[in-house]
Amino acid sequence: MNQNNVIIQLENVVKDYRIGSGYFRALKDFSISFGHGEFAGFIGPSGSGKTTALNIIGSLDQPSSGTCLVLGENISTISHRQAANLRNHQIGFIFQTYNLLPVYTVYENVEFPLLLLGLSDTGRKKMITEALEMVGLTDKIDSRPAQLSGGQAQRVAIARAIVKKPALILADEPTANLDVKNSHNILELMVKLNRELGSTFVFSTHDPKVISYLQRIIRLEDGRIVSDQPQKQEL
Amino acid sequence: MLIFRLAFKNIIGAGLRTWLSVLVLSFSYITIIFTQGMYRGMSQQITSAMIATELGDGQYWNSAYDPDELFDLDKANGVLPAEFDPAINSGQAVPILFYPGSIYPQGRLRPVIIKGIPDRQQVLAIPAQFLVVEDPEIVKAVIGERMANSCKLAQGDLVTLRWRDSDGTFDAVDVEIAHIMKTIVPAADQGILWLNLHQLQTMTGLDQSATMIVISPELTRRPDLPGWDFKSVYYLTEEIRAMVKMKSSGAMILYFVLIGLALIAIFDSQVLSIFHRRREMGTMMALGMTRLRLILLFTLEGAMHGVLAMLLAFIYGTPLLIWSIRSGIALPAISSRWGIALSDHLFPHYTIGLIVFTILLVMILVTVVSYLPLRRISRLKPTDALRGKLS
Repeated sequence: MNQNNVIIQLENVVKDYRIGSGYFRALKDFSISFGHGEFAGFIGPSGSGKTTALNIIGSLDQPSSGTCLVLGENISTISHRQAANLRNHQIGFIFQTYNLLPVYTVYENVEFPLLLLGLSDTGRKKMITEALEMVGLTDKIDSRPAQLSGGQAQRVAIARAIVKKPALILADEPTANLDVKNSHNILELMVKLNRELGSTFVFSTHDPKVISYLQRIIRLEDGRIVSDQPQKQEL
Repeated sequence: MLIFRLAFKNIIGAGLRTWLSVLVLSFSYITIIFTQGMYRGMSQQITSAMIATELGDGQYWNSAYDPDELFDLDKANGVLPAEFDPAINSGQAVPILFYPGSIYPQGRLRPVIIKGIPDRQQVLAIPAQFLVVEDPEIVKAVIGERMANSCKLAQGDLVTLRWRDSDGTFDAVDVEIAHIMKTIVPAADQGILWLNLHQLQTMTGLDQSATMIVISPELTRRPDLPGWDFKSVYYLTEEIRAMVKMKSSGAMILYFVLIGLALIAIFDSQVLSIFHRRREMGTMMALGMTRLRLILLFTLEGAMHGVLAMLLAFIYGTPLLIWSIRSGIALPAISSRWGIALSDHLFPHYTIGLIVFTILLVMILVTVVSYLPLRRISRLKPTDALRGKLS
């Protein structure tokens, strides 16, 4: 991988969680990098460290030791405010449980990250319309999350993640609550967005449907990377 | 501005839970303003009635006069200072002579304070014109309605009055009740027999003497007079202020109960919010919101209960308060026996200061109560919040 192309670099990252009087080591000597526009994913059984790795890359958590550089920011030393700023400007999240804000409409949910960015009304409206068009939900802008199906809710979550056109999109088990048809639709959409936006997509999953779409598969076991290889894509 | 928008959306989105707290809080606003307005109205009403009927714009007391020493009332007088003659003659001051005595309505002894007042005076709202002496053999008296009721006296009745003159000799005369006046000031009514000053001075042998000189607002000069002490209206209404303040403080219990209920509801909402909305907080943090902004957002949500309550209170409270100002609050008939100058209707007095103070008090309390449970957010980790845990 061309070093200039690298947007995420983890070197010898260790993450310990305190459990009672002892520690649980979730990531062990974890080193990996991701380039611009990749469509990659951590796979592995529960407790293998997938979500922990994703949280550290997403600046939601900090490593216990080691270096983690994301889009030029050192996550190991970053302040809470800088991390919030990084997430606000550069990172989009897609969660397993969609995590839509319940009292907001579809439009307002997608608008939320743009409000934090302080964009003007006109600028926001254009970007929200564009994002909702991409996920095919322009007819649901006034609906509330409770009125949406699982597939629609995840599309809203995707629209919210892509609306600010971030350099990095992190998806934690994005299809875990979706049926087969909706899962494929969502994954097709993500592949399309990856091509159109050029954003890097990093997944955490053990869903074979998601794995089949990944261009790069990083297999984790017990907090270590056991394999990291590209996947042949069917044309 | 963003935080305001978000807080407003969240609080409105919370539905019934919000409106219940807002309703109780709006009751607090109205109750505090209404009750305090009543006390202020009461104070104002009593004070103006006392000024009109009893206090004038201040009084000069003879140095021997002590309102708590009624046994020495016969000695509590002095010759009127010559400096006051012009003011008395021009109607800017009125001398009053107090003297102890007793009457015998229906054959029963009733101690009274005889007050002598010039029949032409216009400083006090005492109908002294009924005391004009047409026949020196007839002594006319004016009494108040309460006194007339308790002694069962009517206009035109004769009642025996007994007193000791300045030499200590008992004397008596039948006085005619020339007029029964309606007044809300007990000090001008209960146990008081108003006579013509000149007649009382003659009866007691205290020519040119008075116990006090009540002055009108037109008399701006308040000279120091040897043997006479000036008492301002502020001094003379001290007890009324203390009484209203005491009653007003007692009402605090009611406020605390009402505000307390609303604050508990808001505190509960905030505590529940933190537990129910942990994922939401985690999501907001993942989307780039800082902990500080999150605390601000949730505090503002709580504080907005106060703002919505204020608006609600404004909607239904304004007509209520206007009605109370115009119509007054009817007092029970028994209130005339309370010993304070209250008419049959109490007119509340609301001021901008009272309203602003109430709004500030409620808003500060609501904001503090909203903030207290949110301190935990300052330690909240986004990863824990997203998993529905509290750090």
